Amino acid sequence: MAEVAVDKKALIEGERPMLNASYGKLMMWFFLVSDAFTFSGLLIAYGALRVRAGSQGLAWADPEAVFTHTPLLYELFHIEAPLVFVGIMTFILILSSVTMVLAVEAGHRKSRKEVQKWVLLTILGGATFLSCQAYEWYHFIIGTHNGAVILTADELAGVNVGGAETAEGVAVFPVMSREEPGQPQEVLEVRMRNGIRITNPAVISRVNDIVSNPDQYHERFTDGGANMKANEYGPPAFANLFFFVTGFHGTHVFSGVVLLVILFLNVKKGTYEKRGHYEMTEKIGLYWHFVDLVWVFVFTFFYLV
Amino acid sequence: MSDATSHATTGAGTLSAVGHHDDHHGHHHGNFWTTYVFSTDHKVIAKQFLITGIIMAIIGIGMSTLFRLQLAFPDTSFAILEALLGKWAPDGKLDPNFYLSLVTMHGTFMVFFVLTAGLSGTFSNFLIPLQIGARDMASGFMNMLSYWFFFASSVIMVSSLFVETGPAGGGWTIYPPLSALPQAMPGSGMGMTLWLVAMTLFIASSLLGSINYITTVMNLRTQGMTFDRLPLTIWAFFLTAVIGVLSFPVLFSAALLLMFDRLLGTSFYLSDIFIGGELLHYQGGSPILFQHLFWFLGHPEVYIVLLPALGISSEVISVHARKPIFGYKAMIGSMVGIAFLSFIVWAHHMFVTGMNPFLGTVFMLFTLVIAVPSAIKAFNYITTLWKGNIRFTPPMLFAIGLVSLFITGGITGIFLGNAALDIPLHDTYFVTAHFHLVMGSASAFGLFAGVYHWFPKMFGRMMNKRLGYIHFWLTFTSLYLVFFPMHFMGLGGVARHYWSQSAFTFMEVFMPLQGFITIAAIIGFFGQFIFLYNFFSSIFIGKKASLNPWQANTLEWTTPRVPGHGNWPGDIPHVYRWPYDYSKPGVKEDYLPQHIPDAEIEYEEGFPKPATMPTPATPAQKPEVKEEAED
Repeated sequence: MAEVAVDKKALIEGERPMLNASYGKLMMWFFLVSDAFTFSGLLIAYGALRVRAGSQGLAWADPEAVFTHTPLLYELFHIEAPLVFVGIMTFILILSSVTMVLAVEAGHRKSRKEVQKWVLLTILGGATFLSCQAYEWYHFIIGTHNGAVILTADELAGVNVGGAETAEGVAVFPVMSREEPGQPQEVLEVRMRNGIRITNPAVISRVNDIVSNPDQYHERFTDGGANMKANEYGPPAFANLFFFVTGFHGTHVFSGVVLLVILFLNVKKGTYEKRGHYEMTEKIGLYWHFVDLVWVFVFTFFYLV
Repeated sequence: MSDATSHATTGAGTLSAVGHHDDHHGHHHGNFWTTYVFSTDHKVIAKQFLITGIIMAIIGIGMSTLFRLQLAFPDTSFAILEALLGKWAPDGKLDPNFYLSLVTMHGTFMVFFVLTAGLSGTFSNFLIPLQIGARDMASGFMNMLSYWFFFASSVIMVSSLFVETGPAGGGWTIYPPLSALPQAMPGSGMGMTLWLVAMTLFIASSLLGSINYITTVMNLRTQGMTFDRLPLTIWAFFLTAVIGVLSFPVLFSAALLLMFDRLLGTSFYLSDIFIGGELLHYQGGSPILFQHLFWFLGHPEVYIVLLPALGISSEVISVHARKPIFGYKAMIGSMVGIAFLSFIVWAHHMFVTGMNPFLGTVFMLFTLVIAVPSAIKAFNYITTLWKGNIRFTPPMLFAIGLVSLFITGGITGIFLGNAALDIPLHDTYFVTAHFHLVMGSASAFGLFAGVYHWFPKMFGRMMNKRLGYIHFWLTFTSLYLVFFPMHFMGLGGVARHYWSQSAFTFMEVFMPLQGFITIAAIIGFFGQFIFLYNFFSSIFIGKKASLNPWQANTLEWTTPRVPGHGNWPGDIPHVYRWPYDYSKPGVKEDYLPQHIPDAEIEYEEGFPKPATMPTPATPAQKPEVKEEAED
């Protein structure tokens, strides 16, 4: 080994891990960088489509009007509280990041009991977040009680409705124009639940009539909602992006919960005790924090701006 | 990810155990399946990538000869087309829709399956551990997974050739709306869905591979193998992997959104489309958005294809010219520069999308700046050859051929990088000629140079030299005969992706030239069978290779003739210098391998030994102790 000792560079770099990180941790970091680019691609798509909708004069969905449901508050007292629930969700997710940090810290101290406790709490946080997301999606999909307008067969004369008619008529979603100071918002296009667009000007002006006099036509309003092709709150692009991006993030949270469950079982079995270190906690912790960080961006884009 | 650490522990156990055996076939309790099929040995995985790549290349190049027949002789009926393609070539003439599918699949196969996975997958896997002095990749399991994802992807892509409506037909860039609307044309149907599924698996494979390559280079280098002593091949593979990790995920998001448009009726990329007079429900999407997302991968992809080839040629040229590579650090710097610039030039593929001219100018500027590092590389190759003691072996010929193709094809890149010139030349044969020379052919030459150079390490035998020469000259001349005339056709306005060019007078005048190109292409295609024969026969009957047949400096030549799992039977050699000490004045041999300590260098008689011989001094050990205390 004497001749190696002469080689100063060998002392600094040879076979010693770079950045003092194990390859496993480096792999996680590079995966996260890669994943960050995936999410960036999606958020750029969000930006592009939103700008495009704006340039066509369409009003983007107003998150304060969309996300107004909070469990219990809504079911028991019928109180609508915009963005309260998503705030709670976000808080839960961030709390789960805190418990993750505590798990990693306990891992440094090799305290098996504590790692177990904090990982379990993190799992709970992740699972709660996912359930909250399910609630959020549910209310987005079924929409509000007066989100759609019913058009009668007469009003739709000559329009191909593609089998969207019910006994009452055809429920349609008006897509509104952007809010301009001093000008009333008006209906720019009309869309059925199955996504088919109605371009007939007579129909559009009829819907405009109904929408601008809700008191007079209150019996014409019906349950709204959102799907991949239409949504009561604004351009379908909003629903497309919301389902896709929050769904993609939710998939990440779900994978994180699965990883955490595996981690929990391994901790319980004593795998890391035998191994002599709890680095796996750190690696999964990195992933978990990344998923939380991404949520901050998703939250900002879909709920705040 | 979850078993990465557990694998490290078990992996290290296995490897050190193997290290103590002097076992040629390495793998412990290996049966046929774990040794040759589900192997975690990087060398076996490299060969798997290579063989799969070769199969995909035969299909991919074969397709090009089929549609070349159609292009050159649109009115002639070929019995072979009908025999091969059945209803896709009624009366021996290619169906227009299937022509588009063939072009699409030719591009997909060659760009992704041959020149990305076939080239990077083979040589990154094979050379990284061997050249940096590691027993295997950081995670052998992930490496194996990477191959099998690629394999599944290949199987799905090949199977898409057999579906009722034919394979994807919207071009290898799969622009919507053709790719997003299953009803748009036959090639938008099931074949397109399978294309997307296959590419998703391909991206997963690329990610698993790239992350492995990066961490292996970062963490598993042997003693003394600092970053400024890495062979240029490793630098190239490392940077390629970094580009892959950053660019493929964006294609992943683009492909996922496209799948939603296709299967669930969202409108990410679609807006205001009529089919058969009926307005579809899609609205609010933007097909240009897809182009941006696609080319954010697509342009770096060009360098994912090209950089490994450039790395291989750097190594091959230096070894066979018996000279140090000229400008080692400039080579690294230019590769880093190319890697960085590759991310900020993507919109030069989109000058005709109606982009803001100011934005176009910005992208044009960055594009033209790429000429600088590229020229540095080209000049360094030439100056390495200058006054070298050149050995014209087959790998050397292919490496020199690469330099030629790189320059010829690169110069037209400067033409096309100009927005003002690109607009008239867009989607003409000028573009086809450009990228086939600089990206397609140059990278293929890198692949060939690598195979001829490292074949002795892969299989312990030499490839036949004479067949290598014939293969080189056939390939080299046929490539120039095929692609050089295309420049003139492109300048004459002949458009790509046209099934028949006899309908337009200005295109029709080029028909004789099309015939010439097709004949040259067919000769080139059959020339590859010489390579195939040479490759597969040499595995079994080639001349047995010596330990270091090219007298090269890098570490892979210190392993046994056919290294087992773990690569070195004993300790991993340490490294004392950079890999390019060829023809060093005073040294007895004309090469000085990386693993020879300074004290053991044999000098020429009468040559004064260096005054400062290294002495084992104790103070040098101090920093290590100190650093560890800080940890």
